[in-house]
Amino acid sequence: MNSIGLLLILVLYVSILFYIAYWSEKRSHSKWTNNPYIYSFSLAVYCTAWTYYGSIGVAAESGLGYLPIYLGPILIIPTWMIILKKIIRISRVNKISSIADFISLRYGNSRFLGALVTIVCIFGILPYISLQLKSISDTFHIVTKTQASSNIFTDTTTYVCLALALFASYYGTKYVDASEKRRGIVTAVAMESILKLIFFLIIGIYVTYFVFDGVDDIYKQAATLKDFDKKNTIGGITDAMNWFFLCVLSMFAIFLLPRQFHTAIVENNKETHIRTAIWLFPLYLLLFNIFVFPIAWGGNILFEGKGHNSDTYSLLIPQLFDNDTLTVMVFLGGFSAAISMIIVSSISLATMLSNNLLIPYGFIGSLENSSQEKNSKRIVNSRKIGIFSLIILAYAIYRLFILDYSLVSIGLVAFVIIAQLAPSFFGAIFWRRGSKNGAITGIIVGFAVCFYTLLIPYATGMTNSVSLFVTEGPWGISLLKPFQLFGLDYLEPIPHAVFWSLLINIMSYAAVSVSFKGNYRERNYAEMFVDIDQYITNHENAFVWKGTAYISDIQKVLLRFLGEERTKRALSIFNLKYNIDKNVTTADARFIKFAENLLTGHIGTASAKILIASVVKEDKISLPEVLRILEESKENIIINKMLTDTSNELKKISEQLKNANQELVNKDIQKDEFLDTVTHELRTPITAIRAASEILHDDDAIPEELKKQFLQNIISESDRLNRLIDKILDLEKFETGKQKIYLSKNNITKTILTTITSLNQLIKNKKITIDFDKTDHVIKAFYDEERIIQVIHNLLSNAIKFCSETDGKITISILENETNVAVKIHNNGKRIKEEDAEAIFDKFYQSRNQNIKKPIGSGLGLAICKQIIEHHKGTIWSEKNEVEGATFTFTLPNYNTSETN
Amino acid sequence: MKKILIVDDEPNIVMSLEYTFKKNNFEVFIARDGQEALDILQTKLPDVIILDVMMPMVDGFATLEQIKKEERLQHCKVIFLSAKNKEKDIEKGLSLGANLYVVKPFSIKKLVEQVHDLLS
Repeated sequence: MNSIGLLLILVLYVSILFYIAYWSEKRSHSKWTNNPYIYSFSLAVYCTAWTYYGSIGVAAESGLGYLPIYLGPILIIPTWMIILKKIIRISRVNKISSIADFISLRYGNSRFLGALVTIVCIFGILPYISLQLKSISDTFHIVTKTQASSNIFTDTTTYVCLALALFASYYGTKYVDASEKRRGIVTAVAMESILKLIFFLIIGIYVTYFVFDGVDDIYKQAATLKDFDKKNTIGGITDAMNWFFLCVLSMFAIFLLPRQFHTAIVENNKETHIRTAIWLFPLYLLLFNIFVFPIAWGGNILFEGKGHNSDTYSLLIPQLFDNDTLTVMVFLGGFSAAISMIIVSSISLATMLSNNLLIPYGFIGSLENSSQEKNSKRIVNSRKIGIFSLIILAYAIYRLFILDYSLVSIGLVAFVIIAQLAPSFFGAIFWRRGSKNGAITGIIVGFAVCFYTLLIPYATGMTNSVSLFVTEGPWGISLLKPFQLFGLDYLEPIPHAVFWSLLINIMSYAAVSVSFKGNYRERNYAEMFVDIDQYITNHENAFVWKGTAYISDIQKVLLRFLGEERTKRALSIFNLKYNIDKNVTTADARFIKFAENLLTGHIGTASAKILIASVVKEDKISLPEVLRILEESKENIIINKMLTDTSNELKKISEQLKNANQELVNKDIQKDEFLDTVTHELRTPITAIRAASEILHDDDAIPEELKKQFLQNIISESDRLNRLIDKILDLEKFETGKQKIYLSKNNITKTILTTITSLNQLIKNKKITIDFDKTDHVIKAFYDEERIIQVIHNLLSNAIKFCSETDGKITISILENETNVAVKIHNNGKRIKEEDAEAIFDKFYQSRNQNIKKPIGSGLGLAICKQIIEHHKGTIWSEKNEVEGATFTFTLPNYNTSETN
Repeated sequence: MKKILIVDDEPNIVMSLEYTFKKNNFEVFIARDGQEALDILQTKLPDVIILDVMMPMVDGFATLEQIKKEERLQHCKVIFLSAKNKEKDIEKGLSLGANLYVVKPFSIKKLVEQVHDLLS
C-alpha cells in the first residue's frame, strides 16, 4: 500500500468521524447520543494504542504481564456505584471540569494546588500522547513499507499529526463552559471504541483460525520455542508483588487519568448510566484481551529470530500473507485507539492548562474589564492554542526522546506519575482532615520520587545502557540506586517506583494533614465533598462565607463571562430556588457560591474565586466558627428533613381525616335515605288501609261484594306492613350480630326444590321456564336451611320479577369443588349495570339512584341475603360483564371442609 | 260529568280512590305509572289528575313536566299524592305547577272536598 493511498483512506476515515461528531452534536439530547451504551463505550478510551499494539508486544516478550493493566480496572469497577457516583455528584454541583479543579477545589479552592495538579498531568500525559503519535507513525510506515524520515518536514506522519491537532482544537473547544457536555466528541470516541474492538477481534480470529489451526495449534508450535516455559510461568512471590503493584496502578489510572476523568465524570449525563458501565466496560476489556495471547505467540512462531518489533505483530502477520485489506483495517483500529486518546486527553489537558494555570496565573487581569464576547473568545482561543500546542509538543517529544521505547514502558511511566494524585484524590472524598498542605506535600514528594526513579533514567536513556547511575547509584551510594532504592531489589522498575512514590506520598500527605490544621475554607469544602449526598439538592447552603457583598457587583462580573441573558436567567433561577426577593441588594454565602459555580465552568475554580473575591469584602472566619456553622447547617438540613417528614405525616393524617369525614357524611346521607325509604315503605300500606277503612266507615250503602274486597285489602296491607317490619328487624339482628344461625347437614338440591315449589304459582303466572339440573348426586353442605331457603326465595323472586316478560327463563345450577358449593341463579331479563353490581347488596340501594322512582320490592332483600350468606362464611355476588340477563351466585363451604374444620 | 285521572302503582289505594270518585259522579281513568298516564292523556282530557310521586319507570314529577308541555292539558288541575312529606319535596311538586300536594296517608273525604274546591 502506498502512502498516498493510505492517506486518502485516513482522510476518508477521519471525515466519517468528523461527520459523526457533527451529527451527534446536533442531536445532543436524542437517545442515540445520550444513552448508557455510548457512555460505557466512551470509557473505553482507556484502551489506547498501548492496548491495541503494546499488549501483544508484552505478551510476546514476557507472557502474561500485559494482564494487570486490565485486571486493576475490572477489580475496582464494582465500587463505581459508590465512589464514581459520589465524584459525579460533587463535580456536577460544583461545575467541575477537570481533575485539577476537583482536587484544588476540595483543598480550599487552592490556586497553587490546581496548577500543581495540572503540571503533574502534563508531565504524565504528554509523553503518553507522544506514545500514541509514535504508534501512528510506526504503523503508518509499516503499512506503507516506508522508513521514517529523519527530516520531520518530509515525514508524512508529521502532517497526520498536524491534521489531528487541528481537528482536536476545533472540536474540543465548542463551548466556553468546560463543564458543558460535548456529545459530538463523546459519540465519536464511542464509535471508535466499537471499531477498534471489532477490528482487533477480526485480526485475532484471522490469526487464530486462518493463519493457524486454532489455539491448540498455536500452543503446540509455541511450546517448542525457547523460553516459552519461563515467559508463561508466574514467578512466585516476586512476580506476585509486581502484579499487585501494577493492578493498584491501573486501579488508580481508571479514576485519575485526565481522559478517564473527562469521559466518566465530566461527560456523564445520568448517574444511572454507571449501572450499564459497570458490566459493559469490564466485558469490553475482557473481549479485548481474548486474542492478545494467540496473536503474540502466533507472531513469535512466524517471525522467530527475525528481530521484528513484537508490538506490531498484528500488522506484520496479515502483511506476511499479503492481505492488504486486513492490514489497513488493523491500522485503522490502532489509529482509532490512538486518536481517541489524543483528542480526549488534549481537550482535558488544555482545559486544565487554561483554567488552572494560564487564567489564574496569567491573564485573569486582562479578563476583568472586557466584554463578554471578548472574554469568551479569549478563553476559547487559549484552549484552542493549548490543545494544538500540546499535540505538537507531544510530537516533538516523540521525535526527540522516545523513538526507542516500547509502547508499554512509556504508558506505565505515565500511569505512575498520574498515580501521585491518588492520595489527595481519594482523601478528598473520604477524609475530612486531609489538608491543602498535606496534598501539596504528598504530590510534590511523590512526583520527586517518580522523577528520580523513572523520569531521569528513562529520559536519559539509561535503562538500556549499563550506566553507573543505575547499577551503582549516584556517587556510588548503593542505597540510592534509582531502580533499587534503599535496597529494595526484587521489584521491577515500574512497581518499584509505584511502591516508593506512593508510600512516601501517602505518608507525607497524612503526616502533614494530621500535624497542621487546614484553613476554614478547606474544612468547608471537605464537608461538602465527603457528605455530598446530604448537600446534593442545595449545596450552596453548605458554603460558609461571611463579609459584605453586593449582588450588583457580582452581577457585573457574571455579565462579563455569561452575557446579559444567561446572567439574568441564572439570577432568577437562584431567587426562585431559595425564595429570595429580587429587591435584596446584599449577597449572602449562597449567592457567592452560586456565582462562583457559574464562572467555574468558564475559567476554573481558582479564577472564579479570585474574580468574585475582587468585588466582595470577605471577613476572616476562624476554623471553630466554620465548624459551628457547618454543624448548624447540618442540623438545619436534618431539621428541615424532619419538618418535611412531619408535614408529610400531617398531610397524610389530614387526608385520612378527610376521608373519614366523607365516610361519615356518606353514612349520614345513607341513614337519611334509609329513614326516608322506610317511612315511605311504611306509609304506603298505611295509606291503603286508611283509605279502605274510611270508605267502610263512612259509606253504609257499600255493596257486600266491595265491602269484602276492601276488608281483604286491609288484611293484605297489614300483612305487608308486618313483613316489612320483620325484614327491618331481621337485618338489624344480622347487622348487630344478634341473629343466630343453626347449622346442620342439609342437601342443597332438596332445599332448592322446596323453594321452587313455594313459588310455583308465581312462576306459572308469568309463564316462566325453570331449568334446574337435578343431579342424582346428593350435594350436602352445612347450613341453616330456613335461612338459605330465605336467600334462594329472595333470589328466585327477583329472578321472576326481572325475567324477560315474553319468554322468561330461569336457570339454576350447582357447582361443587373441594372448598365450596356454589349455587348460580340466572334469569334472561335485563342486565345489571356494572356500577350497580356490588352496590345492589346495600340496603335500599335502589332508592339512592332512583330517588323518586319507586323501588321494586323493599330494597332489603339482597342486603339480608348477603348477611345470611356471610354468616355462613360464604360469599354472594352478581356476575359482571354478562352478555345477557343477570346471574346471582352464592357459595357455602363444602360439607367436607366444614366437617374437618 | 267531571273527569278524573288517577295515577298510582298501588292497586289497593287506586281501588279506594276509584270507588270514592265514581260515587261522587266522576268519570274515572286509571294509570299505573307515568307512561301509562301520558298515553291515556293522548286521547282523554280529564279535569283533575291525581298523581303519585314515587312510581316505577316514569315518576310523578317527570309526568307533570310532560303534561305542562302540552297546550291542550294546561287547564287540568293536578294534585300530587305522596308519602314524601319533606318540605323540599312539597316545594318541588308545587313549583312544577301542581295545584295541590297531598301527603300520604290522607283522608279520602277531605281529598274529595279539595277536588271540588279546585273545580269550582
